[in-house]
Amino acid sequence: MLKKDTYDVVIIGSGPGGLAAAVAAKKAGAEDVLVIERDTELGGILLQCIHNGFGAEIFKEDLPGPSYAQRYIDESIELGVETLLDTIVLEVTPGRKLYVSSRQHGFFEINARALVLAMGCRERTRAMIQIPGMRPAGVYTAGTAQRFVNIEGKMPGEKVVILGSGDIGMIMARRLTFEGAKVERVLEILPFLSGLNRNYVQCLQDFDIPLLFKHTVKFIHGKNRVEAVETVAVDDKWNHIPGSEEYIPCDTLLLSVGLIPENELSRQAGVELDPLTGGPYVDESRQTNVPGIFAAGNVVHVYDLADWVTLAGYEAGKGAAKFAMALRASEEVHIPVLAGNNVHHVVPQTINKRSLEDEEIELQFRVRMPVEDRVMIEVHDGKNQIARRLARYARPGEMNTITLKPKNFADVEKASSITVDVHPR
Amino acid sequence: MVEKRRLICISCPVGCELDVTLDEGKIVDVEGNSCKLGLDYAEQEIFDPRRMVASTVRVKNGFHPLVPVYTEKPIPKPKIFEVLAQLRDIELEAPIAVNDVVIENVLDTGINVIASRDMPKV
Repeated sequence: MLKKDTYDVVIIGSGPGGLAAAVAAKKAGAEDVLVIERDTELGGILLQCIHNGFGAEIFKEDLPGPSYAQRYIDESIELGVETLLDTIVLEVTPGRKLYVSSRQHGFFEINARALVLAMGCRERTRAMIQIPGMRPAGVYTAGTAQRFVNIEGKMPGEKVVILGSGDIGMIMARRLTFEGAKVERVLEILPFLSGLNRNYVQCLQDFDIPLLFKHTVKFIHGKNRVEAVETVAVDDKWNHIPGSEEYIPCDTLLLSVGLIPENELSRQAGVELDPLTGGPYVDESRQTNVPGIFAAGNVVHVYDLADWVTLAGYEAGKGAAKFAMALRASEEVHIPVLAGNNVHHVVPQTINKRSLEDEEIELQFRVRMPVEDRVMIEVHDGKNQIARRLARYARPGEMNTITLKPKNFADVEKASSITVDVHPR
Repeated sequence: MVEKRRLICISCPVGCELDVTLDEGKIVDVEGNSCKLGLDYAEQEIFDPRRMVASTVRVKNGFHPLVPVYTEKPIPKPKIFEVLAQLRDIELEAPIAVNDVVIENVLDTGINVIASRDMPKV
């Protein structure tokens, strides 16, 4: 099992946002910082983005995704960030309790003084854009194909059509060309590029891969495996233009048609989402509407550059550390009041030790069993007596009290809890 | 002879459109750039176009079957597929550390191909 069940800052996700939040939380003074990652290693999607173009903003260098991730992985480890890999968060409560499951530890709970949501985003799929046709194998999102090729060493196909001119789609067009596939077309329904200009130049133009604006897929052909896609030109309202169809034989269709913030856990925790972004409403410290729950990166809104995600992660990590430390300080001032021998319950259940400096605190309680003789009511910290009072009897039907006074402050200040006992005299 | 070329700068994510004017094979004017990188890019792209190349190399006994690698600096564009062919013939042995040299001075370019992450042994 885990060494602790309560952490200052817990971060869900170890992509650029999550790792930056972890590093920033540590640097801002949070003692116990935990990153939970569902994959078997840290780094998130950066690990499959083997192309360069990362780090221009932060490092003034042109790095591939894995190198960029490696810097933050190394820094987190140096700073003593704890990690749980191959671990999935099942649910988050508004009180920041996490229900978690992993093959190694089974089912368990973790309490977070502050939580950073850094789950990133998901790709839109064929079902979400409703492409008509058969349902053969060979239709993948661009990111899935990227994982196959760059991490698992498997090619999705040999003759490829790509729908959508997003960055991942264009980058995969180049990557598949590098690995010997033929990319027949990139189709974009809009009259302009969805991704960055530089990716058009170095991923499509360099390899003479045709990009057609105002075109989409009309039909997917193939029984078991994609055999062809039928493309069509569209007008300004995305209506198909009859007669513009083209039948392109291919075995693979990649979709690069947008990303959606992944917020299932956020919703359960009561985090309000902005319909315009699909991500949480946040303030400048990246705190959501739920106090102590922060969010950063593609889970908030989809970014074009990982560097910006890192910077957002820094803000969330700093904010979370500040929140956690304030909570920790208040936990140290508040101590529980426990029902001891022959006591059913005590109210208040918690006291702020500092209140005793200048005012009395009356503890109200009921006994469990009647005692028709003189009793001693005692408050202690487990070892030493703090206050006591004699009573002529004690009956469950009658509420009883004992009052702590400012003169008891010195004793109470040292206590981590106090207990009320009732003993026969 | 005056010649006009239109380029898109790839030095940063902005992607400025550059209008380059050449006279007798020399650049006499560049318009559309928003910083000095654009001028350097135009010079480079017209006389010696180069690209960063990123790919993967097979790994024996690694946490994954591949390790990602890249050229430390942009290499001449016509050499891209030759570099890729060399990488296809290599098999490394885990563990590998980030920045380990995979091919030194690839195709006599003076540029190394290096690993872009640690690849632990299993």
